[in-house]
Amino acid sequence: MSYKNRSIVYGLYNDETELLSAVKEANKKHLKIMDVFTPFPIHGLDPLLGLEESRLHIGGFIFGSLGTLTAFLGMTWIFTKDWPQIYGGKPHWAVPAFIPITFELTVLFAAIGMVVTYYIINGLGPGVENPYIDPRITDDKFCLAFDIHEVNQAEAEALLNETGAAEVNAKTL
Amino acid sequence: MSSVVSRIREPLITGHKSYHDITEDLVSPTEKTPGPAWVIAFITSVSVFAFGLFCITWTIWHGIGTWNLNRTIGWGWDITNFVWWIGIGHAGTLISAILLLFRQKWRTGVNRAAEAMTIFAVLCAALFPGIHVGRAWVVFYFFPYPNTRGPLWPNFDSPLLWDLFAISTYFTVSLLFWYTGLVPDFATVRDRAKGFRKKIYNTLSFGWTGSAKHWQRFESLSLILAGIATPLVLSVHTIVSFDFATSVIPGWHTTIFPPYFVAGAIFSGFAMVLTLMIITRKVLNLQDYITIEHIESMNKVILVTGTIVGVAYLTELFIAWYSQYPYEQFAFFNRALGPYWWSYFGMMFCNVITPQFFWSKKLRRNIGLTFFLSIIINIGMWFERFVIIATTLARDYLPSSWSFYVPSWVEIGIFIGTMGMFFTMYLIFVRVAPVVAIAEVKTILKSSGDQYCGPNAIHTDHGHSHDDPIHSDDIQADHHGHAEDPVEDVPAAVTKVADSGEKAKKTKVSNTYVPSSRKEDSVKDDLKKIEGIGPKIEEVLNNSAISTFIDLVNTDVGRLKAILENAGNNFKQHDPTTWSSQAKLAAEGKWDELKKLQDELDGGKTKK
Repeated sequence: MSYKNRSIVYGLYNDETELLSAVKEANKKHLKIMDVFTPFPIHGLDPLLGLEESRLHIGGFIFGSLGTLTAFLGMTWIFTKDWPQIYGGKPHWAVPAFIPITFELTVLFAAIGMVVTYYIINGLGPGVENPYIDPRITDDKFCLAFDIHEVNQAEAEALLNETGAAEVNAKTL
Repeated sequence: MSSVVSRIREPLITGHKSYHDITEDLVSPTEKTPGPAWVIAFITSVSVFAFGLFCITWTIWHGIGTWNLNRTIGWGWDITNFVWWIGIGHAGTLISAILLLFRQKWRTGVNRAAEAMTIFAVLCAALFPGIHVGRAWVVFYFFPYPNTRGPLWPNFDSPLLWDLFAISTYFTVSLLFWYTGLVPDFATVRDRAKGFRKKIYNTLSFGWTGSAKHWQRFESLSLILAGIATPLVLSVHTIVSFDFATSVIPGWHTTIFPPYFVAGAIFSGFAMVLTLMIITRKVLNLQDYITIEHIESMNKVILVTGTIVGVAYLTELFIAWYSQYPYEQFAFFNRALGPYWWSYFGMMFCNVITPQFFWSKKLRRNIGLTFFLSIIINIGMWFERFVIIATTLARDYLPSSWSFYVPSWVEIGIFIGTMGMFFTMYLIFVRVAPVVAIAEVKTILKSSGDQYCGPNAIHTDHGHSHDDPIHSDDIQADHHGHAEDPVEDVPAAVTKVADSGEKAKKTKVSNTYVPSSRKEDSVKDDLKKIEGIGPKIEEVLNNSAISTFIDLVNTDVGRLKAILENAGNNFKQHDPTTWSSQAKLAAEGKWDELKKLQDELDGGKTKK
């Protein structure tokens, strides 16, 4: 989801409440918002932007299940087929003794799988250079950006000014 | 994280900080040249660490015989230190995961440092089993992988192997959790940096932009990681306790061990967090972010877990007596009155008696006492592990093999060395990363900043959560009253009056629609009269506190859409664009006009 080479017009707001009302205003005027960049997560923004709930947790469940199966079936195979041994008089297939490792691998697989997925779908990673809008976005500015190929630039600028943006600029990323 | 904060909660961020102040205060320690205190501490830590490395090398070179372990005492300081360090790590995950699930906002002030502490403590802990096995260079044999020895596999039925899995998983998950939270903050550092520093932080921040979708996934990921880290952290010390509890040694094979070890781990972990945070907040000037309120909250956790530990000690004694099992009885008699009696009394005094001071609110908020007690607790918890391990093994079933264990200089050196290692890593951490999670602190500013809540509040109308989507509108209305307030220097009382006056004015000019015959809130209108609203949708709206026509007029389309979207797929398709204009007519009693309007509409939608 990289915004390289896109021409945008954007406004910087000083407060998240101003940003939220600006987003509502843009929705009302049917201006297509390219994205919103903020220094911290803002609650109530996702439905306004029409973002669907993240499906990361489904991925977590699948990875976790994979871990459960890997651990349990792996230990089962090793202790009953590959190298059956008797330890402390326990049966080869000592299910209760397999539970701790099964649990740990479930958690391990789910965590690694989800984190890797998270970075991949976000397009983030070591060495990634994402286009730069304004350094203050990670500090105290809330940015609302429109792609000028998707909206009428004058209209978008007017909206940003009306809704109290502290700065309105245009730029090609 | 969103939750409603009670007005009687004390502020968690003091000093009337703005978002920019937060960035400034939290990033600046990484930008300044380190002061003399840091340099001295760093040189000391590195020297101690170097001595520890020397002792480890000595152990590996000459063999495990350089330790004073013997036939009966197979575990001494090594495993004591291992359990101690692992326990210390637990507070970090508790703060970042369990308190996240419980929506405890005070976690944001300390979670970053506590998580870092977890990672460093687990590294220190992992060192001990690694060298304790004797041949450290083949320690990877523990991991199951297809090998040329058969393939010969490790024993999956053994608690020691469970421990290996638990600790490696714990370390990995903690690291991922910690780093994921660091990425947005590294981006903040990056955007202020110049030159080579910028390059480094650019790599560390993974190209973070702050896009809305990224934040959404970030929150989703944090929540799920917290959800799976919660049972994980409980499992880790449970499995550590299995190392003892599944044995047949009197004093060890105790079913109470898992909960008792977990409580003890959290207890010692919080003590270490307090020790470190009290120094850190002072040295880095973070008193506005790690407040007395934070310290008091942690002291409460210490009081609870310390008391659980105390109850566990007494339960052990009771069960030993009640079991009528002479070996078990002897084990406890020997602990309290045998040759190591001083360690038992040290443990009882430090862990059971000292935390009881924290019943007093005054003492909980006393920083000097807290600091002192946190160190006492660290010592006490070390004694606890020593009591369990060494004193039990020194007096086993056969009196002929009884002995007395004193550590050798090598064992002491390695333990001190891990302290050096821990502090070296911590000192590097405070230099390169923001010690307090910047983005997370910003999310709680409007609910827990002292300009919004508590006795010094300027924005008195701001007690409730700003980040709850359902309330976002009335907050916005509230907020217009003080969006650009410059009044920080005016005494609080005066400001309050001025502010509320101004607010009243603003409320009038804002576009909130209030007809003259405003109905009571308790009265419900039949929203089904609006074309497009059926009984199901009416219910959804009522649940979102929209029960009258007036409520509907005052709710804008974006929010209505959001409500419908949150209600599920069946509601998504409905278009609420005209509801407000219909409701306005209904509220004014203009039924004929409403009828006319509805005739023009098609299922509540404008005809195309």
